[in-house]
Amino acid sequence: MNLFGLSANSLKAKPLNTMLSLILFALGVALISFILQMNHQLAENLRKNVAGVDMVVGAKGSPLQLILSSIYHVDFPTGNIPLEEAKKVQKNPLVKSSIPLAMGDNFESYRIIGTNHDYVKLYKAEIDVGVLWKYDLDVTVGAAVAEKFDMHLYDKFVGAHGLSGDKVHVHDDQQFRVVGILKPTGSIIDQLILTNVSSVWRVHEEHDDHDHDDHEGHDHGDHESHDHDDHSGHDHGDHDDHDHADHSGHDHESHDDHEGHDHAAHEDHSEHDHGEDNHEGHDHSDHEDHSGHGHKHDHTVPDLPPISEEGKEITSLLIEFRNPIARINLPRIINSQTNLQAALPAFETARLMEITGMGAKTLKYLAYAIIFLSGLSVFISLFGSLKDRKYELALMRVMGASKGKLFVLTILQGLIIAIIGFAIGIVISHLALHFLSGAMAAQWHYSFSGFKLLPAEWLILAGAIIVGFAAALFPAIVAYKTDISKTLSLA
Amino acid sequence: MLSTSKLSYRYNNENPIVFPDINCAEGEGWLALGQSGCGKTTLLHLLGGLLKPQQGEILIQNKNIGSLSSNELDKFRGKNIGIIFQQSHFVRSLSVMKNLLLAPYFANEGSNKDRAKDLLERLNIGHKANSKTNELSQGEQQRVAIARALMNKPKLILADEPTSALDDVNTNEVIQLLKENAKAENATLIVVTHDNRLKPHFENKIEL
Repeated sequence: MNLFGLSANSLKAKPLNTMLSLILFALGVALISFILQMNHQLAENLRKNVAGVDMVVGAKGSPLQLILSSIYHVDFPTGNIPLEEAKKVQKNPLVKSSIPLAMGDNFESYRIIGTNHDYVKLYKAEIDVGVLWKYDLDVTVGAAVAEKFDMHLYDKFVGAHGLSGDKVHVHDDQQFRVVGILKPTGSIIDQLILTNVSSVWRVHEEHDDHDHDDHEGHDHGDHESHDHDDHSGHDHGDHDDHDHADHSGHDHESHDDHEGHDHAAHEDHSEHDHGEDNHEGHDHSDHEDHSGHGHKHDHTVPDLPPISEEGKEITSLLIEFRNPIARINLPRIINSQTNLQAALPAFETARLMEITGMGAKTLKYLAYAIIFLSGLSVFISLFGSLKDRKYELALMRVMGASKGKLFVLTILQGLIIAIIGFAIGIVISHLALHFLSGAMAAQWHYSFSGFKLLPAEWLILAGAIIVGFAAALFPAIVAYKTDISKTLSLA
Repeated sequence: MLSTSKLSYRYNNENPIVFPDINCAEGEGWLALGQSGCGKTTLLHLLGGLLKPQQGEILIQNKNIGSLSSNELDKFRGKNIGIIFQQSHFVRSLSVMKNLLLAPYFANEGSNKDRAKDLLERLNIGHKANSKTNELSQGEQQRVAIARALMNKPKLILADEPTSALDDVNTNEVIQLLKENAKAENATLIVVTHDNRLKPHFENKIEL
């Protein structure tokens, strides 16, 4: 027997009161912890994805929309901007570096982004298998996409026009080929399919032709025959990756046709050799192929005629400033002197957090109200039981318990409810978070972690203890002041 | 062992209750007889250190308990005085055994289960050790109260109307047990009562 056991026993003796107090406490704590976690993880996600982007330049429209679409890939882009205009911005001396983004297609609602390799560096993403894209229609996919669709090297898929996943128009004549898969980073790049900008142009150029030309005529025309060539080359490379005999026949043709090009490709490969050395046995055999004749099966793709940049558009530019002055001047210059829009992620993200924070604030007040109620419930329960317990308390004094012990005994009951309520609440909120994170990842392409305890959650514990203490304080003082003689005389 | 001198106590504006001087030796049994309202319970609370004397002195084992601080008095009471009340009070959420073990706990003595079992056996309620106190009859409850008062081997046992709720058979049994066990522990026993049935059991009497 000790004070803690005695307190726990008193609580157990009144199961209904204790339950009510516990439920209220747990509910309040769960709500606060849940809001804290959501806010924190949202902010964390937002921050992580902003990475080193100081400014986004895109078409005029809502700056928040521009940020959402170009950095978080959740909203639709504000439109496209002419490549020429974008190039002018890139050449501005205040711009340290810039990454172009071209959007317009998706695969099962996962966005296909035309960009350059700097984008991968921006998120410090590393190659898991394969290589980064090099030729048109080659893609490197994010870890989450690869996992979701069980994608492997040299798998092919067709993109759909648009960004939402409604199969309005499927570019089934343009197949993308997976040449690499990225390691998971926890940032938005996990959810993307990356290719070069001209792939996006190419898909849409073909698509535009469709619109302008008579469908039948077009299908049987030169495009069709071109596709034929393309596909046959493609398929050989694909299906018979390791079949040297097959390649040799095929390669000879190509070799003759694209002598100069081969060399370029070859050189490129040697640049990538360092990276490839790290890969598995499968890749090694590939690598050996490159040294001999194997490199030629890759260049089946560049059979595609080069695309002209004239009149082309991109969606946006991710910009890193050269110096702090750029932050002040560049957005103003772009917004006032060009047809483009410049938006600052840090500013827009803060604005977004402010908007979502409003709802969180309301919920937080509700949670505080519930915690207050739970404190009240503890108070009423303890105070009410004082009447029943006064003989017990007097008796304890008779047996030698000091006033202080009775005080502690009562306070402990408040604290026990607070701590157990806190524990239940935290478990509830984190379980909820865990299950929700699955749904969130599917819907928003964001993931949350359910099992990280934030420092702020320890603050909730401190708060809970204070509420439990405060609720028990008055009953404890009454217990402290129990007049044993009077109490026992009245019996 | 126990002596009082010029002890009196006054509630608010009423006339003060003046108590005769008492002198009890170690191991003696005393009966304090008086009608309702003559201050029996007040005397018991004064002797047990539940009330502080306003006038006069109480010496228990040569210690003036009126001069002790509240905490010292709590400690002294827990170690040296066992009190049995007219109605037995227990911590209802605990078993008989745990109620007994509360006594050494609050008096900062080591937990002594064997002592508790031994006492319950002596009082013929060993089989009730794990019962809840509200499952016991009046007589059984009073025996548990006696066992609890004896737990810490007190030098002084005070009983306030221990038999008023009991029938003749139980009264005899309880008072015999009280006397026997007090003697066995060499404790001074003072029974405060208006119950004339107890008169033949005691040689030493205080008339209030």
